[in-house]
Amino acid sequence: MTTAAPNYELLQQEGLETSLLEISMGPHHPSTHGVFRMDVKLDGETVVELRPVFGYLHRNHEKLAENMTYLSSMPFTDRLDYFNSMTNNWAYALAAEKLIEVEVPERAEYLRVIMAELTRLVNHVTLVGFFVNDLGALGTPLMYAFREREKILDLFEQASGARMMCNYFRFGGLRNDVPEGWLDRTRELVDRFPAFLDEYEQLLCENEIILSRTQGVGNLSRELAVNAGITGPMLRASGVNYDLRKVDAYGIYDRFKFRVPYTDGDTGDCYDRFMIRMLEMRESVAILKQALADIPEGDIIGKVSKVFKPKPAEAYGRIEGPKGELGFYLIADGTTKPYRYRVRPPSLINLTVLRDMCLGGKIADACIILGSIDIVLGEVDR
Amino acid sequence: MSILGGGIFKGMAVTLRNFVGSYFSKERFITTNEYSWRPESELPQSIGDYPKEEGEQLSDTTTVNHYSRNFPMLLHDTGEPMDTIRCVACQICERECPPQCIYIEKSTEKKENADGKPQFYPAKFDIDVSVCMSCQICVEVCPFDAIVMNSQFELSTPDRFGGLLVRRDDLLKSNDYYHKIHPQEAATRDERMAADKAAKEAKKKAAAEKAKAAAEAKAAAAEAANESKEDTE
Ligand code: SF4
Ligand code: SF4
Repeated sequence: MTTAAPNYELLQQEGLETSLLEISMGPHHPSTHGVFRMDVKLDGETVVELRPVFGYLHRNHEKLAENMTYLSSMPFTDRLDYFNSMTNNWAYALAAEKLIEVEVPERAEYLRVIMAELTRLVNHVTLVGFFVNDLGALGTPLMYAFREREKILDLFEQASGARMMCNYFRFGGLRNDVPEGWLDRTRELVDRFPAFLDEYEQLLCENEIILSRTQGVGNLSRELAVNAGITGPMLRASGVNYDLRKVDAYGIYDRFKFRVPYTDGDTGDCYDRFMIRMLEMRESVAILKQALADIPEGDIIGKVSKVFKPKPAEAYGRIEGPKGELGFYLIADGTTKPYRYRVRPPSLINLTVLRDMCLGGKIADACIILGSIDIVLGEVDR
Repeated sequence: MSILGGGIFKGMAVTLRNFVGSYFSKERFITTNEYSWRPESELPQSIGDYPKEEGEQLSDTTTVNHYSRNFPMLLHDTGEPMDTIRCVACQICERECPPQCIYIEKSTEKKENADGKPQFYPAKFDIDVSVCMSCQICVEVCPFDAIVMNSQFELSTPDRFGGLLVRRDDLLKSNDYYHKIHPQEAATRDERMAADKAAKEAKKKAAAEKAKAAAEAKAAAAEAANESKEDTE
């Protein structure tokens, strides 16, 4: 059993020599979700200073994309947030489609929504798995999550040829139609998904250990969340009703009926962030059901040449990615390559409040708070 | 919260159900089977089934998945590979390949292709598969349907550099092989190519006919002019 940490100032008053302990967590600490490091200063077990250090995975994504044609950087967007290649593709396609003004066929729009919502399921289900993994529930919940994720990745593979690096979206539509029987298999999966969610909720949501370790830990106030530009489930867990699927209604999201779960913003703690994701999965299932019921037959891609020269202009395409607002900002200069290509990565921007949430907490909680932000280093470092 | 620990017991019930289920439920039993959606007859039945012959690869005998892609291959039509190669070394794919892993050297002289037309061909065509990221961009930009994705996945080699640099002659695969691994895609590609060819020929024919008609009209006009000349005389 641990004894209570002696108070640093008190000990100094008593003339005892104490000092802050500075430790470096990572870059391969199992709770860090990739090559990410935290410089933490500890007073006993209490975090008094925290500095996130990243950049180990920098791949020069933006400059690379400025030196190749628009289509060629599509496969590189897969590698930003490698859990959600489909949504990354979509955000980039949206930005480029604004430059060239192409009509996306109806069927492609529906398939885009289906792919994006399946991606959201994949992301949230694994996030919850990793999150409780950080809490110390090693293995079991994560493996249940991976079991479901694998079924969805199988669907991705059948449609696009790859499990994770899908590279499936194209400007003006999708690369190819889904194979025969794919929609039926997806319907079957979607019908069975709520049963899994029930099971998962029963496994986790009332567990006393999870409750006591996450409630009141890593509070994020509504003001700070808005001021820091936090987006996605994290913002909604802090009590702001903001979802780009409703606000922007990009694609055909205005046709579907779904709710946006958000809290009353009293706490904005790790438990809220965890529950928001559980609730969002139910809404994703609702969207999927509607999309799979209405999907029409037809073309899959509009008329776009492979290499094009958009007129000088700028465009910003953004979507509600599973992690938050994912945006691509492009400036075209009339050549086949973008003059400027910029990614707005939700992981990086959500990470900026890590210090504020961790200060004053225990060192063990820092891992959970990091887990609840949901970062992927491929996107943070680019 | 009713009793302390109630939530944990509820969770334990789930794990117990899953644990017991793993012994009885067939679906749970095979969760690690990667291609569980495929009919059982297509899967290798036992380890003894494979390889049937020496050197046979699993990826040759089973079509893994309709759209599955690993590394590109060059296509040739029926006949000697180098006589019927479709690639004309236009180097578009080399330029567009995102990680720049294709290296092409264009031939200096032309050679007859499958249609009997003299064309350039790649004197060298190397793909460094240790760099290739299987993105399929080369396939999409090729205007001659000369490069498509292979689904071969047993590529391990003790030679890290040379063994992973695939040369032209190893990249060349017949259209029949393509039909075997990606039947649906190959069929649509062939259909589209045939339609394109037909459209091209029709256009050519129409142009020729138009030229012929124009020539005839000209001749007729000249004759008419002659006749009218004769009339006035
Ligand atoms: S594979 Fe296609 S794109 Fe590449 S050089 Fe040959 S013909 Fe050109
Ligand atoms: S699949 Fe992609 S990376 Fe590989 S050779 Fe083709 S374009 Fe290059």
